[in-house]
Amino acid sequence: MSVDAQTVRRIAHLARIAVGDEDVPPLQGELNAILSFVEQLGAVDVDGVEPMTSVTPMAMKKRADAITDGGYAGDIVFNAPLTEDHYFLVPKVVE
Amino acid sequence: MTDLSKTPAELTDLTLAEARDGLRRKDFSARELAQAHVDAVAGARALNAFLLETPERALAMAEVADRKLAAGEARPLEGIPLGIKDLFCTHGVATTAGSRILEGFQPHYESTVTHNLWRDGAVMLGKLNLDEFAMGSSNETSAYGPVVSPWRRRDSQTPLVPGGSSGGSAAAVAARLCLGATATDTGGSIRQPAAFTGTVGIKPTYGRCSRWGTVAFASSLDQAGPITRTVLDAAIMLTSMAGADPKDTTCADLPVPNFEAAVSRGVKGLTIGIPKEYRVDGMPAEIERLWQQGAEWLRSAGARVVEVSLPHTRHALPAYYIVAPAEASSNLARYDGVRYGLRVPGKDIAGMYENTRAAGFGREVKRRIMIGTYVLSAGYYDAYYVRAQKIRTLIKRDFEEVYAAGIDAILTPATPTAAFGIGEKADADPVEMYLNDVFTVTVNMAGLPGIAVPAGLDAQGLPLGLQLVGRPFDEETLFSAAQVIEDAAGRTVLPPRWW
Repeated sequence: MSVDAQTVRRIAHLARIAVGDEDVPPLQGELNAILSFVEQLGAVDVDGVEPMTSVTPMAMKKRADAITDGGYAGDIVFNAPLTEDHYFLVPKVVE
Repeated sequence: MTDLSKTPAELTDLTLAEARDGLRRKDFSARELAQAHVDAVAGARALNAFLLETPERALAMAEVADRKLAAGEARPLEGIPLGIKDLFCTHGVATTAGSRILEGFQPHYESTVTHNLWRDGAVMLGKLNLDEFAMGSSNETSAYGPVVSPWRRRDSQTPLVPGGSSGGSAAAVAARLCLGATATDTGGSIRQPAAFTGTVGIKPTYGRCSRWGTVAFASSLDQAGPITRTVLDAAIMLTSMAGADPKDTTCADLPVPNFEAAVSRGVKGLTIGIPKEYRVDGMPAEIERLWQQGAEWLRSAGARVVEVSLPHTRHALPAYYIVAPAEASSNLARYDGVRYGLRVPGKDIAGMYENTRAAGFGREVKRRIMIGTYVLSAGYYDAYYVRAQKIRTLIKRDFEEVYAAGIDAILTPATPTAAFGIGEKADADPVEMYLNDVFTVTVNMAGLPGIAVPAGLDAQGLPLGLQLVGRPFDEETLFSAAQVIEDAAGRTVLPPRWW
């Protein structure tokens, strides 16, 4: 399978990465090189094989459903580019 | 006393174990040791190994260490100066992951691995350069420029890569800027740079070290480990880094073994497997020779060496380039210009996301996010992602069958070539760079421990390494066998200072 220029733009939009017109041809070539490299996996017999979900056999650790952490909103928003009263600020999304 | 004192160069030439013992004997102070390393770091900026130097913090930590040493309360790594890969979040110290998108980010928390090192008395020299978000095999994808290896080809001044993604860690350890460094390994990022720089690097079993507070690349593959100059030093450092952590549900609730004691255990009675599938086309004859030499060293030390088969080996690298980008595309969705790092305005919120990520991520990171987005998208998920996860099951099963048949560890080359020049692969397609990890990536796919240990030099005078792969949570056997190779090969003579 290979991707065309339109697919490259669609993937970039899904990934929320702006691409200029000049970025599309090189990206298309690079993505197709990777896709053609992984194409060989189509020949592997995977009938009856379960997909891996955990690399080491382990039961998910659980803890009591209790509040164990929190109370430092200032630390949480410390690195945000734009904040007000411990809220993250984003451009208007609802009219 | 004066005739016993060491010069700064003698202090930075010590191994971690020698420095630890010297501090306890009061041969020198933690402050002298820290100052010698702070000066070595400042004198090696040409290598670009450090993204951030923290000399004041190093000297302050060394003063605490001297008080502990004087009081006879030395902790396991008391006064040992270390470098920290800039993928580990450090409280109040900028953490970039080698990316523009995290420029200026100051974590208000400490990663569990670094927390454990400071708990045990280690001293922080600064943050080490790396491939952007640990995506690379040469340290050339760092937004802050490539790292230059302290190694050069014989009679040549061509700058070489130290490997990647833990290129700053490997270069700093090889150049004697620190006694050890933290590193991380998703597909070979500890073992490949260790092999390229004549240092020792171990990726422990998935779950041995907590991933909490380490910037995530591919969560089912990422593991932290040390890069050091000797096998013993790696055992000492991993003992402090590892351990259960309630903050990471994938971190194993297992006690940390006495890795240091395992180093001198030898290999008598062990069975070492040589996987025939690791004999790849175009592998240089000297790597093949070194591999046979390694097998011979282990045999001479009392191990039984047998050929084994891992039939799905060749599928590991392509399957990795589906699984790792898929996980990366999901993990890196958090860099959106809202909570931390760079923000570039747009015409609406989606435009802000797109502009921020376009400006903040480098080419390799964008490529991998886009591949990951594609293989997870509707219509392709089964054909790519689910198939790759099934192949991952087959790769792991190969190892399980070999270990069930009585093999204790597997010996392979660490890399298919020695280090290459900076920029030499710039015009190649991305897959050529990915081939660097052909021998290491299987180990991540199966969650196993793997260690790279220096085994000799090639015809151009560059280091080559061997890799040992162990059973899950049996790093001890890797330390035992790696020490046999280190003893037989002799400690690598590191390059003299030219920088």
